[in-house]
Amino acid sequence: MNADRSIAIFLRIYVGVVFCFIFAPIVASFVFSFNSDRFPTIPLGSFTLHWYETIWSDPDVWDAVRVSLITSATVSVISTFIGFCAAYTDFRYRFFGKNAYLALALLPPTIPLVIMGLAMLAWLSRIGMSGHIYSIIIAHVVMCTPFAMAVVRIRLAQMDPSLEAAAWNLGASEWRAMSSVIVPFALPAIVSAMCLTAAVSFDEFAVAWFVSGLNKSIPVVILEILQGQVTPQINAIGTFVFLTSMTLVVIAQVLLMTRTRKAEAA
Amino acid sequence: MTNDTASVLPKPAATGVEREPLGLYALTWRVPLLIWQFLFFVVPLSFLVYLSFWLVKNYRMVPGFDVVNWVKMYSKGYFWDAYYMTFGMAALATVVITVLAFPCSYALSFKMSETARRWAVFFLIIPFFTSYLVRIYAWQVIIAENGVINGLLSYIGLGPFIMLNTKFGTLIGYMALCMPLVVILQTFSMANVDRNLIEAAHNLGCGRLRTVFTVIVPLAKVGLIIGAVFCFILSFGDFVSPYYLGGSKPPTLSILIIDTTKSGQQWPKSAVVAVTMIVTLLVVAFAAVATAYRKPK
Repeated sequence: MNADRSIAIFLRIYVGVVFCFIFAPIVASFVFSFNSDRFPTIPLGSFTLHWYETIWSDPDVWDAVRVSLITSATVSVISTFIGFCAAYTDFRYRFFGKNAYLALALLPPTIPLVIMGLAMLAWLSRIGMSGHIYSIIIAHVVMCTPFAMAVVRIRLAQMDPSLEAAAWNLGASEWRAMSSVIVPFALPAIVSAMCLTAAVSFDEFAVAWFVSGLNKSIPVVILEILQGQVTPQINAIGTFVFLTSMTLVVIAQVLLMTRTRKAEAA
Repeated sequence: MTNDTASVLPKPAATGVEREPLGLYALTWRVPLLIWQFLFFVVPLSFLVYLSFWLVKNYRMVPGFDVVNWVKMYSKGYFWDAYYMTFGMAALATVVITVLAFPCSYALSFKMSETARRWAVFFLIIPFFTSYLVRIYAWQVIIAENGVINGLLSYIGLGPFIMLNTKFGTLIGYMALCMPLVVILQTFSMANVDRNLIEAAHNLGCGRLRTVFTVIVPLAKVGLIIGAVFCFILSFGDFVSPYYLGGSKPPTLSILIIDTTKSGQQWPKSAVVAVTMIVTLLVVAFAAVATAYRKPK
């Protein structure tokens, strides 16, 4: 029994170490953002808000915030709409070529970002659409739709399919059943998908870097700072990015979780 | 991959409306994805393949169909250095991360309550979607020669160790990238292993370690392999870790694409590298999925 206990303790510590490894950079970047040293180490320097002040007064950062907000808000709406359509199609219909359809819906995240970036840059500049904010939006929708579809599809799987049929039997048209049965049921997942896709788009740097031209989003600005003179400003911007995307991902998950529990209880 | 993703999703509703004639209503839901992913996913990737056969004359790209880019790229020593480097590091990362993630996933699957497991996955999903770039910069500061780890080690009289701009640095970055996803996939597959079978193995006198390797690993094989495949895909395509933590010595294929693309009109050459990468990934993914679903002899 002693061996059992020590293995159990070892495993718990091990899980703790893995989680520390995963969250260490997030915590570190938060701490460094208030640290006066240019090259932070242990022991830490003194507390400062200097890095926040410099980014606050940097017009380039504000431009990037604008680009990022426009992009991620638009991407979240379009990709969630397309993802919802695809999830409903998968939920309700069987048709010839459905596997190919699902592959098209789910494969984009498996393509390396650099290749997506190059392909997008080459194609969009061929048709004269590269270098704009909407170029980033176009590319991000491709990459975000699979996440939106997966989230909505998981929710639809919890729905009793006969609900929709019942609505038809009671005289509702297909459109009416959609708007008063399917959409209300899927609503938490729709909002969740919007948050998740907004977070993915808000964080994406590689493809945005290739196609954005002069319209730099926040991650692209970070990438360019990293390539030049590295300053702890990155930690300040990074903390802002972390907080934004973590909030979005947490909301996305909570929306799915609570509703799932209720569905289980019912 | 296709069959796998399809089988993960629940079966379509059995409402007797399957294979109904295609009306306006059905088309409304089916078409948006088809249009968008065709125009901005299928076409760009196909165009990339086509682009690899274009010519560059007087610093301008000219449509054509010539294998010259392929011949030139494949005859360069630095291309093959990058290829072996990328493949080797991704393979190493896959093995290391799969092995290091396993005890963690094992503990989450068998030693924790359902609630604790759910929360663990909740917290693993967050970093997966959270700025990888900033995390890598933080790692740069942590493992630098005058960084946090060496600062701590100096208290006990050790170091400094050179970790930044080495292969070890790249590996740390790949771990930061893949670890959350691999743990999640492994945990899902192991949590679904039938407890009765483990119980039976124990009752028959099978030791703990032997149970893990002869019962749990074979039963959770599909999930473990899918985790490894994602690890390979992500590491193989990543350019941030090998550049900012590995010092780009030698550059990986992704760095090669960026350098070639950003340096002007050499897109056809970048396309050659990109197509080579996609083919490699397809071969690896199909081989792995075939292994995952192979019936035991």
